[in-house]
Amino acid sequence: MDNLLSIITFIPAVAAAILALFLRGNDAAAQRNAKWLALLATTATFLVSIFVLTGFDPQNTGFQFVEEYDWILGLKYKMGVDGISVLFVMLTTFLMPITIAACWSVETRVKEYMIAFLMLETLMLGVFCALDMVLFYLFFEAGLIPMFLIIGIWGGKDRIYAAFKFFLYTFLGSVLMLVAMIAMYLDAGTTDIPSLLAHNFASDDMVLLGFHIVGGLQTLLWLAFFASFAVKMPMWPVHTWLPDAHVQAPTAGSVVLAAILLKMGGYGFLRFSLPMFPVASDLLAPLVFWMSAIAIVYTSLVALAQQDMKKLIAYSSVAHMGYVTMGIFAANQQGIDGAIFQMLSHGFISGALFLCVGVIYDRMHTRDIDAYGGLVNRMPAYALVFMFFTMANVGLPGTSGFIGEFLTLMGIFQVNTWVAAVATTGVILSAAYALWLYRRVVMGELVKEALKSITDMTRREKAIFAPLIAMTLLLGVYPSLVTDIIGPSVSALVSEHQAALPPKGDTQLAQN
Amino acid sequence: MTSADFSTVLPELVLAIYAMGALMFGVYTGKDKVAPLIAWATAGLFLALALWIGVAGEGERTAFGGLFNDDPFARFAKVTILISASAVLIIGQDYMVRRDMLRFEYPVLMVLSVIGMMVMVSAGDLMSLYMGLELQSLALYVLASVRRDSVKSTEAGLKYFVLGALSSGLLLYGASLTYGFAGTTQFSGILSTLSGEVPLGLLFGLVFMLAGLAFKVSAAPFHMWTPDVYEGSPTPVTAFFATAPKVAAMGLLARLLHDAFGGIPADWSQVLAALAVVSMFLGAVAAIGQKDIKRLMAYSSIAHMGYALMGLASGTAEGVTAMLVYMAIYVTMNVGTFAFILSMERDGRPVTDIATLNMFSKKEPLKALALLVLMFSLAGVPPMVGFFGKFYVLKAAVDAGMTWLALAGAVASVIGAFYYLRIVFFMYFGKENEGVESRMAPAQWAVMVAVAVIMVVGIVNLFGIQPMAAIAAEALVR
Repeated sequence: MDNLLSIITFIPAVAAAILALFLRGNDAAAQRNAKWLALLATTATFLVSIFVLTGFDPQNTGFQFVEEYDWILGLKYKMGVDGISVLFVMLTTFLMPITIAACWSVETRVKEYMIAFLMLETLMLGVFCALDMVLFYLFFEAGLIPMFLIIGIWGGKDRIYAAFKFFLYTFLGSVLMLVAMIAMYLDAGTTDIPSLLAHNFASDDMVLLGFHIVGGLQTLLWLAFFASFAVKMPMWPVHTWLPDAHVQAPTAGSVVLAAILLKMGGYGFLRFSLPMFPVASDLLAPLVFWMSAIAIVYTSLVALAQQDMKKLIAYSSVAHMGYVTMGIFAANQQGIDGAIFQMLSHGFISGALFLCVGVIYDRMHTRDIDAYGGLVNRMPAYALVFMFFTMANVGLPGTSGFIGEFLTLMGIFQVNTWVAAVATTGVILSAAYALWLYRRVVMGELVKEALKSITDMTRREKAIFAPLIAMTLLLGVYPSLVTDIIGPSVSALVSEHQAALPPKGDTQLAQN
Repeated sequence: MTSADFSTVLPELVLAIYAMGALMFGVYTGKDKVAPLIAWATAGLFLALALWIGVAGEGERTAFGGLFNDDPFARFAKVTILISASAVLIIGQDYMVRRDMLRFEYPVLMVLSVIGMMVMVSAGDLMSLYMGLELQSLALYVLASVRRDSVKSTEAGLKYFVLGALSSGLLLYGASLTYGFAGTTQFSGILSTLSGEVPLGLLFGLVFMLAGLAFKVSAAPFHMWTPDVYEGSPTPVTAFFATAPKVAAMGLLARLLHDAFGGIPADWSQVLAALAVVSMFLGAVAAIGQKDIKRLMAYSSIAHMGYALMGLASGTAEGVTAMLVYMAIYVTMNVGTFAFILSMERDGRPVTDIATLNMFSKKEPLKALALLVLMFSLAGVPPMVGFFGKFYVLKAAVDAGMTWLALAGAVASVIGAFYYLRIVFFMYFGKENEGVESRMAPAQWAVMVAVAVIMVVGIVNLFGIQPMAAIAAEALVR
């Protein structure tokens, strides 16, 4: 199985091609076939990806399952995973069948919908597996196309504004990254990611257009990558596209967006910014810390004021991603472990929360919080599931949300106590908005006339939530399942990062 | 004048004789009734010549005392020109036949202008440069007004002619200055006078010639004619304007700059960089407000020329390679897009309003998908091939130490993405209305789908054009 990663990456693409070329007609039977084929393909991808996990050796901190072929313009087609990326691959393959199952009720243009999601899966897997910078960029950017279509075609009322905003925002960030990549290629003479990781980019101060730039080339490159990943992540203040995109996207689109696409930003920081530009990362870490801290507090407060359920969860996503960026740039074992853990756990929890909204949206066709209340009376199973994920979102011990937040806060505490203190208030705020949402939607008397005939979750819906609940609990009580796999790679990353920094005295200065 | 000279220009000779023969044949037989026959024969001849030049051509030869060069660079450009001209002839026929505007002069004029283009990319002397350019341009002026009973078409032709004459004047003035200060019209002669202090007059000559050629490639700020001429000309002619002549003018520009002024790249690269930046931004910004798809494509071509100029501005062999790759990709994308534009109609009348594409994807999913691929490729979004064109010119620019230019290009590409997305938006997200119908002849359909497939499959190895372009550039830049 030399080409295992290519196989799992391209199974969905092949299925999409089959759908596009051979599935004719638009009747109910064709729609059902499209859904089943998509489910089959994503499930097959997940099953094959299990071989990656079982064959993966956590103790080896290098890249595994590497495949390499020549490509155009002196580039290489090179795939591989290490401890940092392997779990993102698993997250993607695990969540996609659930996502497909969640859009079973879609009836407009089902075939195109399935094609878009299958293509998206291929591109997302490609991002996490690519070991050539330009190949990475290719997958990273191409993911915009299916997402643009998903929001634009199947989205809500203001979908067109949201689709354009989503596309242009992220596109602008990425082209700056492209220029930085070209500059890196010229400096290092290669686009191969493992070689770039070993390359030392110049960090001597330089003067450009009359500006004195501390950290020189590294700082410039770091900023260009930051423009792209910060938008993708998204970090305050460039997060404004996310609530719009989420609100307008269909349920499954929101799930993929929150659970997987946002993680590309964090993955990018871990793969490029931190290890390739250690001096600049160290220099600019305070900026990231404060941006993250502001994000956590500010977006939590904004979430409190939301009337739209999806918007509320979207803002809560921005807040949770704040912990991730903070943890990554704390650049110690706990911080990065926690960041990766938080990303994985957020993948399950936010995905599940958007699915929870989707369940009642399918029934009532509104996401307005005021339109609900007292659902527990008619939907006990739903109330339980929603409760569980609300608690996980808050970070209740025993769920995976707790571990991620705890580890990142522990990581940041060692580096910058003030930021840690500010960020911790976010934990309280998240409890406030999440529980208040839950109270307004689920608790109380069922007084609204329209809700009197609402039905509880169907068997299909319960089946969708089951694996998510299992994963959230499992990671919550047995976190070393994850940390054992990522640990060695992360500790190698941390020690290389420390070694690349100038002697301690300078670092102290830079931080103050 | 030996037989070796004539064997060097044999492809051009064949075309010239064919043009005369076809003209006679048309006049003395059925006139416009034989036009489709001539058109198909011409398309076939173009393809055959492209194959011949591409496969049989080798080495570097000059003819007529340095007036004419045959080298890998010229051959690469010629093959691109011939194939695109042939494709344009094929996709335009059905449109012209159904609207009763296929005159037998149309393919003949195209042959004449293609001869001009082939001379342009082979020019080794200011004389042959001007000869090729004028042969090409005069034929194009007539083509623009081929629909002589249409006010718009004649207006387009006249506008093109007047402004074209102005640009020729600039070019000639520059050429005469160059001759006055260099003492020769031959490129190699000019190159050898460039040692040491460069006379100011020579620089003036260079700038005037650049201005004249910038007009031909429709680079801003010499682009004013483009939207009007694109809009007014019959669509098949617009498709032709957007493809082969652009390659020829770019090729000529590259040849002039490297063969004649290769010694002073610093002097011209800043001019080209300025042209590139202005073109990219103007093309991107001005296209946003367009409602007519032909005008939109005009601004799109202005922006694309900016990127190709960026490649040239870097002044290296890599830059020329990037320019050639970019032009080949650009031409392919445009052929595919125009194949679609030609098919847009309602009640048998051609429409070019973008808003009529509303919900086109529901009516014709496959065509809409093909157009979607083309639009994303034009916008330079990976994984479409258009991305690699942009990537390559950006890389060449950064390589040459022009990071600011690459950054400007990157930003402009985001602005530009908006209007390509708008077309996708109409096709997929728009409101349902009466909308456009798309009636395609099999040949058109085949070309469009083939181009869309190329745009996706090309990521495997770009069909190997990059090494060929590299060889071509090596021959030019020494």
